[in-house]
Amino acid sequence: MPITEKDVAHIAKLAHLEITEKELKSFTPQMAQIVSYVEQLNSLDTSDVEPSLGGLTPEGKATESARDDIPQESLGQSLALDQAPDPNSGHFRVPKVL
Amino acid sequence: MTNIESILNKISAGESSIRSVTEHAIESAEKLNESLNTFLQIDKEGALKRADELDSSNEEQSLRGIPIAIKDNICVKGLQASCGSKILGVYHPPYNATAIERLKSAGAIVIGKTNQDEFAMGSSNENSAFGTVKNPWDTTRVPGGSSGGSAVAVASGVVPVSLGSETGGSVRQPASLCGITGLKPTYGRISRYGLVAFASSLDQIAIFGSNSRDIAAVLKVVAGRDTHDATTADVPVPDYLGEMTGDIKGMRIGVPRELFGEGLDEEVKASVEKGIENYRDLGAEIVDIELPHAKYCIAVYYIIATAEASSNLARFDGVRYGYRTPEARDLRETYRVTRDEGFGAEVKRRIMLGTYVLSSGYYDAYYLKAQKVRTLIKQDFEKAFTVCDAIITPTSPSTAFKIGEKSDDPLAMYLSDIYTCTANLAGIPGISIPCGLSDEGLPIGLQLVGKNWSENTLLKLGDAYERAFPLNAKPKVFAE
Repeated sequence: MPITEKDVAHIAKLAHLEITEKELKSFTPQMAQIVSYVEQLNSLDTSDVEPSLGGLTPEGKATESARDDIPQESLGQSLALDQAPDPNSGHFRVPKVL
Repeated sequence: MTNIESILNKISAGESSIRSVTEHAIESAEKLNESLNTFLQIDKEGALKRADELDSSNEEQSLRGIPIAIKDNICVKGLQASCGSKILGVYHPPYNATAIERLKSAGAIVIGKTNQDEFAMGSSNENSAFGTVKNPWDTTRVPGGSSGGSAVAVASGVVPVSLGSETGGSVRQPASLCGITGLKPTYGRISRYGLVAFASSLDQIAIFGSNSRDIAAVLKVVAGRDTHDATTADVPVPDYLGEMTGDIKGMRIGVPRELFGEGLDEEVKASVEKGIENYRDLGAEIVDIELPHAKYCIAVYYIIATAEASSNLARFDGVRYGYRTPEARDLRETYRVTRDEGFGAEVKRRIMLGTYVLSSGYYDAYYLKAQKVRTLIKQDFEKAFTVCDAIITPTSPSTAFKIGEKSDDPLAMYLSDIYTCTANLAGIPGISIPCGLSDEGLPIGLQLVGKNWSENTLLKLGDAYERAFPLNAKPKVFAE
């Protein structure tokens, strides 16, 4: 099913992206072209194939273990807030929610 | 700037101080930046301070006094990390990436942060929010991407080595287009702590060098297990340089003939064919292999990479760091307008594609399907590596293209990664080395990929080729 402008506007909303009318006009055919390209995968029978979820090698999987829950020094409040656009009294301040 | 060994020799023989090596690199970086736009930040003060410290110490370090350039998506404490994006343009990370800690401990000197495609999304560097990097062989052409700045820093002779990152070929492809060597290591070889995430099942820090020996020296320092990155593996780090004897007799190189057909530039094809014959002359055994699913790699890649990116880039919302729009009235609008103003077109396009393929009702059709075909691509390689030690292909289907040539056609741009992104999907290492020049004088690269943890094999093959068949040409724009 081809992607329409309505689909693209909906996807932008899901992705928290404001897009302009001009972007909607250019993104729609581009996304439709890319989606139709990736649909070539449908020609492959993968019913007996396991998905490769994640990128780990067998050796990488071997180190995938939970560490002990021991408190360690962290970044600290002032450094954590240091790069925030609007820090206030030890918090991240944001515009009104409702 | 030549290579690591010659710089180390000059310093240890007392012919150059570390300060003078560093000053030279900084001056070249500043001067060439006007024409090439390689660096987003040059740390003159910090680099010279570090040089003086090293000059007054006698500590033995494998990279003592070696200037290095770092892609702007890798965290260096005290310097910016913009990822080539307006949304992080003012961000200064409070810590060093593990790779940076290790380089600094080994005596390397970070001279600056390099330009890149925004969030490493691109194959030409045209997606940087801070202007396109120019190819030093022809400044009307792209350097490749996404790690174009780090490639050009080495190609233009400013530094012997630099760090980039790879998700789908972002070091090997620009290495090829700029006439230098670039290595993408095995997934889990180099810690990604401090590398800004794009697609987590694919991302790796990767290395550019003026040759394979430079890359080997850097890889030896940065490789290995790191408790800050659970995906790093506990696999011993070999003595790469020690294994690089130049003797590759009896090594088996596989050729996937079906990848030398449609879409491949004739000159690139002829040059890589010559490269294969050169390897035969060096004593390698050439065998035919098949990679029947490789042709699906771009389709698989653009599902997996965009899906993971849409999730990873959700963190850029104008709350905790970076840019926030002053224009919004409430929180939801803050997110939407900040992301609209902060992200460029390609990043938005990929976030939306990723959101689409993960959206309700489509997960099985796209993401799960792609992960299954990824398994088939991996199995192709596993089978091929039962009969060969490495596989040779072109690195890029063409030489460096003109700035603007593909910027309005995302799919044509994506196809630049057709030879490289299979290695990222399979997790295996790959290297690009220069193998010739086109009639127009543009570099051509050949790619070798190997099984997991076989960086030593690839570097050995790369070094043998570079010794026997050096490129012997310099780009038009080059540091004096």
